[in-house]
Amino acid sequence: MTSDNLQTGLYDTHVSLGGRMVEFGGWDMPVQYPDGILAEAKAVRTAAGVFDVSHMGRLYLSGPKAGEFLDWVLTGSATTLRVGRARYCLICNENGGVIDDTIFYRLAEDRYLLIPNAGNRAAVVAWFRRWIDERFSPGCTMEDVTITTGLIALQGPGTPELIDKIADDQLSAMRTFSWAESTIQGTPIFVGRTGYTGEDGFEMLVQSNDLVSVWTALTDAGAAPCGLGARDVLRLEAGLPLHGHEIDEKTSPIEAGLDRFVRAEAEYVASDILQGQMNNGVPRKLVGFTLPGRSAPRAGYSLLDRGETIGTVTSGSYSPTLDTSIGMGYVLERYVELGAVLDLDIRGRTVTVTVTALPFYTCPRRT
Amino acid sequence: MSSPDDRKYTKEHEWVMIDASAANTAVAGITDYAQDQLGDIVYFELPNVGDNVAHLGKMGEVESVKAVSDLFSPIDGVVTEINEKLLDHPELVNEDPFGEGWLIKAIMADAAPLDSLMSAADYDAFTAGN
Repeated sequence: MTSDNLQTGLYDTHVSLGGRMVEFGGWDMPVQYPDGILAEAKAVRTAAGVFDVSHMGRLYLSGPKAGEFLDWVLTGSATTLRVGRARYCLICNENGGVIDDTIFYRLAEDRYLLIPNAGNRAAVVAWFRRWIDERFSPGCTMEDVTITTGLIALQGPGTPELIDKIADDQLSAMRTFSWAESTIQGTPIFVGRTGYTGEDGFEMLVQSNDLVSVWTALTDAGAAPCGLGARDVLRLEAGLPLHGHEIDEKTSPIEAGLDRFVRAEAEYVASDILQGQMNNGVPRKLVGFTLPGRSAPRAGYSLLDRGETIGTVTSGSYSPTLDTSIGMGYVLERYVELGAVLDLDIRGRTVTVTVTALPFYTCPRRT
Repeated sequence: MSSPDDRKYTKEHEWVMIDASAANTAVAGITDYAQDQLGDIVYFELPNVGDNVAHLGKMGEVESVKAVSDLFSPIDGVVTEINEKLLDHPELVNEDPFGEGWLIKAIMADAAPLDSLMSAADYDAFTAGN
């Protein structure tokens, strides 16, 4: 394979494991390994799976104005986040459209780590650069360490036990959406109790040249290598949006049902628009729906009521965990009602779908 | 794995083989290469018994977790049987595409089109170039 795509420090490992490499967000990434997407998804729901997510970006924001800057460009608050904690929120443009969604970590009083999506890293960096130069410089610097570092996601109910076996601290004691620094067999890791599968788990930032040793320690301890295909199925089951599908620059977080990640009381980019939408409603909303059988709704398919198109599918799949087909899509606001029955056009076949509460799948709460 | 040389192959990755158990009947499926490219198969949309299928005409669809593809009939004729097991166990095609995972049987209206299809060796060379 010759390409101009970026490759993570685990590229050769993926190929030697039989990973099927595809382009995603400008990177060559494994979509699946020989066991297949269904087996990989099952490993994450029942035991432990490990994903190379080094294609996602890693940006440090530092300086006395870093918090104030992030408060301006994010829908969630950075300055009220305690050191040691992480938060999910959106980065919106001036129209309230979503440039990206992100998890960010407060590392110190004046230092943050922010994780943009692979395909949006350049847009996020450009957007941040513009606002830093315009309003927060000097006092806020941005450092993109995506190329020199890597990110590994360990996900599944078996991960607390697994990570305790190989890490040099008891990481199972970490709280959800907290971070810590530790070592795995002597290799330093920055670890967050975060993820994108709806399952318990850990995400580890390491130096690029430490990726193979950490990955190997995890797989030797029993974690199943998992690709982007399983990741997409798992996030869909968990009702988590994917940029380019449920959210994009023309979609607001309020339409996507992400109100709880949007500050109702502060002033920041597009806050007037977003808060207006929160108060006054929006004409279309994201819903989840299920349909019997295994034929999947796919992005772009139409949702109909008595022959009239009233919505569009953004994502869909057969759900191995629920053993039925599931999807998400936008519908006119009056159809946002649990139990509402709609028609779905699957390449000319009409099937009935039922609007269902999101997420489709919730992992049993750990104590 | 090399494809079995007891049958013929289409460029769309279907196979067809004369079914010795019934007169003028052929059985068709998709190749190992096709199932491998698709990944975990979850659903088939197949023609009904009695439907006409045309040589290289669309006869149905196959869905995997990640993709949906059209199925083309290597046979010109009338469907006499579909593999009912695939309704509940589409993964049979992943596990045994040339055997238990067959898709349809049909009475051939015309056997001549089979001659235009690829041999196993030609098909394997064709997929090796992909």
